[in-house]
This record gives sequence, C-alpha cells and structure tokens, in this order.
Amino acid sequence: MVTTATPVQVVYKRPASLSDTPTHYCPGCTHGIAHRLIAEVMDEMNIRERAIGVAPVGCSVFAYNYFTCDFVEAAHGRAPAMATGIKRVLPDRVVFTYQGDGDMASIGMSEIVHAAGRGENITVIFINNAIYGMTGGQMAPTSLPGQKTTSSPTGRDVESMGFPMKMAELLSQLEGAGYVVRRSLHDPKNIRMAKKAIRLAFETQIRGLGFSMVELLSTCNTNWGVSVLEAMQYLKDHMLPVYPIGDYKVSPALENLRV
Amino acid sequence: MPKELLKGNVAMAEAAVRAGVEAYFGYPITPQTELLEWMSERLPALGRTFLQAESEVAAINMLYGAACTGARVMTSSSSPGISLMMEGLSYIAGTEVPVVLIDVMRGGPGLGNIAPSQGDYNQIVHGGGHGDYHPIVLAPSSIQEAIDFTVLAFDLAEKYRTIAFVIADGNIGQMMEPAELPPMRPLRTEYPEWAVRGAMGREHHFLSSIYIDPKDEEVTNYRLMQVWNRIQANEVRYREYYIEDAELVVVGFGTAGRISLSAVRNARAQGLKVGLFRPITLSPYPFKELEEISQHAKKILVVEMNSGQMLEDVQRAVKGRIPVEFYGRMGGMVPFPDEVLAEILRIQQEEIPLDGDPRQRWMERFAPIINWKN
Ligand SMILES: Cc1ncc(C[n+]2csc(CCOP(=O)(O)OP(=O)(O)O)c2C)c(N)n1
Repeated sequence: MVTTATPVQVVYKRPASLSDTPTHYCPGCTHGIAHRLIAEVMDEMNIRERAIGVAPVGCSVFAYNYFTCDFVEAAHGRAPAMATGIKRVLPDRVVFTYQGDGDMASIGMSEIVHAAGRGENITVIFINNAIYGMTGGQMAPTSLPGQKTTSSPTGRDVESMGFPMKMAELLSQLEGAGYVVRRSLHDPKNIRMAKKAIRLAFETQIRGLGFSMVELLSTCNTNWGVSVLEAMQYLKDHMLPVYPIGDYKVSPALENLRV
Repeated sequence: MPKELLKGNVAMAEAAVRAGVEAYFGYPITPQTELLEWMSERLPALGRTFLQAESEVAAINMLYGAACTGARVMTSSSSPGISLMMEGLSYIAGTEVPVVLIDVMRGGPGLGNIAPSQGDYNQIVHGGGHGDYHPIVLAPSSIQEAIDFTVLAFDLAEKYRTIAFVIADGNIGQMMEPAELPPMRPLRTEYPEWAVRGAMGREHHFLSSIYIDPKDEEVTNYRLMQVWNRIQANEVRYREYYIEDAELVVVGFGTAGRISLSAVRNARAQGLKVGLFRPITLSPYPFKELEEISQHAKKILVVEMNSGQMLEDVQRAVKGRIPVEFYGRMGGMVPFPDEVLAEILRIQQEEIPLDGDPRQRWMERFAPIINWKN
C-alpha cells in the first residue's frame, strides 16, 4: 500500500496578538469573541507591534491581559481622551479603545463625541450589551425600552428613564467620523461581518481618514438572567430592531477598499 | 539670556517650551488662558503637540495618555478646572507616570471670581483625587520663580515618576516683571523603559492604576510612600529673610509671602526684629525648618490668601511651642503690605495666647474689616 504523506495544515490557532491568559469573562459572553476578532485583524494587518490599546472601566477592564500589544487602562469613560493623548504624540501608532456602553455612551459621552468631532485618528470598538455588566446588571443608556435591570426593576420606562442611545447613528453625524458602523456578534455570519468591519476601521485609521468606530451588539447572559442561547436569541429579537446593523458613515476613500 | 519684561502666564508657558515639553493639553479659563494661548502658537510651530480639549476632564486624560508614552507633558488651568482634573490626577498618581500641572488659582468656592487666591492649597497639597498620594507642589512668588519652578517641576516629576504642581495665583499669572528665561533644551530622544510606545521587538506591557488584589494595591501604596519619603528627604525648598535674630517670624507662600516681605522690610526699617519664612515646596512641606524656627523665635504670624489652610501645617510644625497668629484675605481679595504691617505691629505689642484658635481670633478681628454684622 502506498501512503502519501498529507501535509499538516493548521486551520485554527490562537492569533499571535491574543495572549494565552485564561479570561475572566463569564462563559458565553461575547467580549471573548470581540477580543479574538481584534487580535485576528491585528495579525492579518501585522500591526501588533505598533498597536496601543486603551482598556475601559467595565467587564473588559482587564482587556490588556488578553492582548500581546501594549496597553493602558483608562478612567471610566475617558478612553477616547487617553487615546487622543497617545495618538497625538505617537501619530504612527495604531491606537484603539475598547469600551462598553456604560463607559462610552453614559459617563464618557463627552469624550467620545469630541474625539469623533475632532476626527481623531483612533479606532473605537464599542461593545453594546444594553446593560452595565461589571457592576451587576444596572440600566445602561443603551438598555431597551421596557428592559428589566437591577436599577429598572419594572422595566425601562422611557418617560422617566429616557430612550436608548444610538451611538452609531449619533457619531455618524459628525464630519470628523471616517468610518462608523454597527455589527452584531450573535451568529457566525454576523461575526464574520464584524471582523471585516474591524479591519476597515483600522484601515481607516492607518489611512488617516479620521475617527472610526465599530459598534458590536453583544450579549450579557449573566446579567440578562438567561442562558447563552437565549441571550443570542434575545439580541436577535429585541436588539436588532432598535439597533439596526448597518454602515452609518463610510468615508468615500474607503468605498473601493477590498479586504 | 537677557532679562525680558514677561507676563507670568506667558513666562511659565515659554519656560515649559524651553524645558522640552512635548505635549500640552488644556482648556481656557481665566486667569490662566494666556498660558494656553501661548502654547497654541509655540508648540505647533516647533512640531510639538498642542490640543485644546473639550473640558478639563478630557485635558487631564489626554495628558494621562500622553504621559504613558514617556513624553514630557503638561497642562494648566485655574481652580474650577483643577477640580475637574482630580479624577485623572488620582489615576495618574496610581499609574506612576510623570506630569506637570500649573494652577493659576482664583477666588472660590464655586465659580467664584477671576481674582488671585490661594484657596486651592488644601485641595492640591492635602488631597484632591481619591486614594493615598502626594504630589510635589511648588509655589512661586515672582515671575522669575514661576519660570524656574516650571522647569524644576519637569525634572522633579520625571525623577520621581510623580505629579509636580506649580501653584501660582492670578497675580503671578497676570502681572509683568523682568525675568530671565532659560536656554532651549534639546528634546529627549530616549524614552523610559516603562513607557507604552508599542511592543516593537520587546515584550508587550501595560500601564494601569488597577491592582485588583488588595495585597498588590497595598504594596503599590507602600512603594508610593517610599518614593514620597525620598521626596521629603531631598526636595524641601524654602526661602528665609531676616530670620537670624527675628523674634516674630511671618510665614507666607507665593503672593502672600511676597506681600509679607514688603511688610517685614517696613517693620525692619522701624527697628523691629521681624523675619519671613517663605515655603517654596508646599509639598513636601518644610516642617523641620519651621520647627527649628519655633525654637528660637517668640511668635509666628501666618499670612495667606485663604481662610488659613496652610496655617494648620504651620501649627503642626510649631507644636504649640510659641503663639501662632493668622491673617488672611479670602475669595479673591489680596492683602496690602500695610495690613500685614499693622498685624506685625499689633502682635509685637500684644500678649498672644499659646492656646486657643488663631483662626477664631482672626475672624473676630476681621469682622469689622468687611463690615460684618451678626
Ligand atoms: C467614576 C466611576 N463611576 C462608576 C464606576 C463603577 N462602574 C464600573 S464598570 C461600570 C459600568 C460598566 O458598564 P459597561 O460600560 O456597559 O461595560 P460592561 O461591564 O457591560 O462590559 C460602572 C458604573 C467606576 N468604576 N468609576
């Protein structure tokens, strides 16, 4: 019998930009998926050595443990300001923030809007899970109308608690924004689309086309009080109608870019 | 360098430029704004970073980010803006990155006014942001000192990886005086090993103020205290005038110290044995030196442009050995040398009790000056 040696082919491995530190995230949490996508993109673009990440306050406060690029850890909501400081003195580095919805759309609203308004050449990965994860499930500015949280026990009443903040729509209005899109992490197809968007966001920065943000609809099965699968379904059924996936601002210079 | 007629805010800005500041982030506020304006012109022309932030909250966090790259960085503001920076300062202290801040103090609390004040003493020297940390705080009383201390602040901040403040008041910021600027220093080309500048050919690292295990945070606090001990041992600065044979020693910093010096000179002209002790580092405070003075002098008068914030530090140093009196103006009011002289003359003559509260005694004497009616 003749045997031909089949070459071993690696089809799946840890991206070099992702460290092998076990994460502290809850099982089923989409933070892990978002981390991996960023790391894959950093590998593909070969930017790990010149990337500097800015971690937020929130469940991803330890993001710096999971990447193999340099990192700093910001005060709650201030990541875009901190990233601005870094990018302004090191303009040839790839600077990105990673922020939750409480961090970015509540306490850090001013910093994010002005970073976008200035056309700051930074990339923002925005994890919208419609809740404050780290502090145990309080209402976020992105919580859905009627959503029950530990601080809106009878559901978010828009009359007294306001309406969801639509960050992609909001930031896309600013001239400084080069690339602002919303994607979702609830199924493989959307995850692939999310990765492509992250790639385009970094390409925006490298090309000096201004502020870039990818909003990633995410789940928090722990604080939503549901199973992992139910969380994915909830995102699909309830978040997608309020937060439509889409390209809210794409600089014309990016339109012909194929990645 | 020849002497030039310089406005305080501009002098401090240009001193920072010459000391090699690489990035400035700030937000307009009177009586500090000329500093920011000067930077907006100078830094871009030199190919360095200037950015007007959307708020002091943003400015201090931009500063924090830039400091993490190991660059020489600074911001400046006035009292209400400094209040907004306190969160960021605490993070900067916890991350152990060097930054320089200039506070051109104005009348408060609240929006207050734009007149000179020393009301931020406690906030900056004793507190401010949350947690345990001590900044270095320098208090100039002339434009020349404002220049020299700005340069010194950068060197000290970097030497100890700490926060260095220059606290001036609206007087120092706004007045013009002949002073000499330092020569232009070349910009640095090497960056400290801890700096976050991208993991090029080295292990990645991070800068953060989070130590989630309290054991680690305790060790970090201990390290901060070790650094603070070194600062206390090596960086105390002060100026003495006519102290040798002085029976009454006036203690004042910054503009209050300068005004007191005029009063002390007048008193000397009248043959009175009066001297001035002017702390330059408000933090670390010259406790030991004041303690020594209290072993020779008979009385102390503390003069401030606030309600006696430094007074309590003087009392800590004097430890009740000799009587301490206080005279202050508040809310943007500046004492005249004659007011201080009148106090000197009164204290020389009167018996001042060792016990009791100098602040209470001052309030009683002070009420008629502002036509206070109960
Ligand atoms: C100044 C300040 N206020 C409040 C907090 C408490 N806090 C920590 S994380 C957080 C909310 C985080 O929620 P989000 O940004 O949505 O991120 P997630 O944890 O859901 O990933 C809050 C309020 C803090 N650390 N600092």
